[in-house]
Amino acid sequence: MRFSEEFRDPALAEKLFTEIARTAEALARTRTRPITVMEVCGGHTHTIFRYGLKDRLPDTIEFAHGPGCPVCVLPMGRIDDAITLARRPEVMLTTFGDALRVPGAQGSLLQARAAGADIRMVYSPLDALELARKNPDREVVFFALGFETTAPSTALTVLRAAREGIKNFSLLCQHILIVPTLRALLEQPDFAVDGFIGPGHVAMVTGTRPYDFVATTYNRPFVVAGFEPLDILQSLLMVLRQLESGQAKVENQYARVVPPNGNPAALAAMRQVYETRADNAWRGLGNIASSGLQLRAAWSAFDAERRFPLTPHNVPDPASARCGAVLTGRIRPAECPAFGRECTPDAPLGALMVSSEGACAACYDYEGARQVA
Amino acid sequence: MCLGIPARITGIADAAAMLADVDVHGVRRQVDVLCVAPTDAPLEDLIGSWVLVHVGFAMSRISETEARATLALLAEMGELHEELSAMQSTGETGALHAVQ
Ligand code: SF4
Repeated sequence: MRFSEEFRDPALAEKLFTEIARTAEALARTRTRPITVMEVCGGHTHTIFRYGLKDRLPDTIEFAHGPGCPVCVLPMGRIDDAITLARRPEVMLTTFGDALRVPGAQGSLLQARAAGADIRMVYSPLDALELARKNPDREVVFFALGFETTAPSTALTVLRAAREGIKNFSLLCQHILIVPTLRALLEQPDFAVDGFIGPGHVAMVTGTRPYDFVATTYNRPFVVAGFEPLDILQSLLMVLRQLESGQAKVENQYARVVPPNGNPAALAAMRQVYETRADNAWRGLGNIASSGLQLRAAWSAFDAERRFPLTPHNVPDPASARCGAVLTGRIRPAECPAFGRECTPDAPLGALMVSSEGACAACYDYEGARQVA
Repeated sequence: MCLGIPARITGIADAAAMLADVDVHGVRRQVDVLCVAPTDAPLEDLIGSWVLVHVGFAMSRISETEARATLALLAEMGELHEELSAMQSTGETGALHAVQ
C-alpha cells in the first residue's frame, strides 16, 4: 500500500495499522467520545506530524500533544531573567539554540543579542564550561533547560567545574521534571486523556518505575516508546489493548534503550546536585509544585540566581494564546485563534511555535497550509 | 536537544576525566562517558561501541543496528544536519544553525 512505503518495515506498518483500526473499532462500540492518547514527549509529537500518522489512523483516535518539550513550557519570566543576566557587562550567557527564539515579555534572547548582549549558543554544557576556562575575565552563565534527559549533563558539568576549581561559571537553572507534571495534569478534573505514550529518553534516565502511579492511582495505560514511527504505532496499539482489556499498567516498548531502573550514574549526579523548587512556573500550565530543580545550597557558588541579583516575577501568557489548552489536550493547535495568524514559526507568540518539537510548530510545518486555509 | 544522536566511541581522551572521543556521522568531538562507564572493566572497553549522546554526554549504550536506524530517522526528520551544525559551531557568537 502506498501509505506505508516510507516506513522502515512497510509490512509491519500495515499490520499495525490494521490491528489499531480493529482495536479502535471494538473500543468505539463501548464509548461515546474519541479515544485520546497523549504523547508526552515533543520528539514523539514531531514524529507524529512528520509521518502524518494521524491521517492514517481511525477518526476515533485523537492525539493530545503533551508538555514534554522543554522549550515549549519555558515561561516568559525566565526568558526575561536570562536577558537581565545577559545585559550585565561582565556576563557571557550561554544556552541551547532552541531557547534563543522563545519570546519573553521583553523579547527573545536573539533580540537581546542583536542589541549587544553577549549571548552564545552552545551544543553542550561542557562547551559552556570550556568558554569559562578560556575567558577567565568573563562570568559565564549557562541557561540550563530540559527534562530528566539533560538535567544529569548539567549536574555533571557543575561537579566537573567544582573539581577543577572554576570560579567564573554558574547556572540559571530551569531544569524541570516530568513526573510531578504528569501528576498535575492527571489531577485536573476535566482531563480527558485515556492513556499515555511515555517519553523514551526521559525514561532512559529515570527508568519506568516512577510512572507506576499513572496506572495504579489514575488507572491510565502508560507505554514508554521509542521515536521511530513504527515504535509509536506499536506503543499506541499497546495502549489500545490495555484499554480494551480494561487494564492499566506501565509497559516498556523501548526496552532496547530504556532499562527498568534507568541510569544509576545519571540519577546519582542529579541527587547530588539538585533539590526541587517549592514552586515552578510553566508556560501555559501555571505553577506546578516541586516540578522544577535548583542547585542545593552546597553548590550555591555555581548558582547564578544567588550570585547575581534577580527579581523573580511571573509574566502572564499573552491573552490570545491558547498554549495551555493545547498542552493539556483540550484543543488542537489549529484551533488556537492565533495559529498561523499572529503566531507563526517566524514570529512565534507562544512557545509551542518555536521548536520543531512544539505541537504548533510541527502542525504548522507539516499541515500548515491545509489548516489555516 | 532531546532526541540524542548516535555516536561511535573511537578512543579514550582522558580516563580520569571520563572523556572519550567519538565520531558522530563524520564529526569528531569529546563526550562525557561517566553515565555509560563500565563498573567492572577499564574505560577502554567502550572503544568501538555505540552510544546515544545527549548534549555532549553519552547516556546509553546502543547496538549498531539501533544506531544506524536512529541516524536514518534523524536524517528523515531533518534533525541530523541541525544537530551536527550545532555541534560544530558551538560557542560562536553568530552561530544560529540549530535554530533554523
Ligand atoms: S498557535 Fe501559538 S499562541 Fe496558539 S497555542 Fe500554539 S504556540 Fe500558543
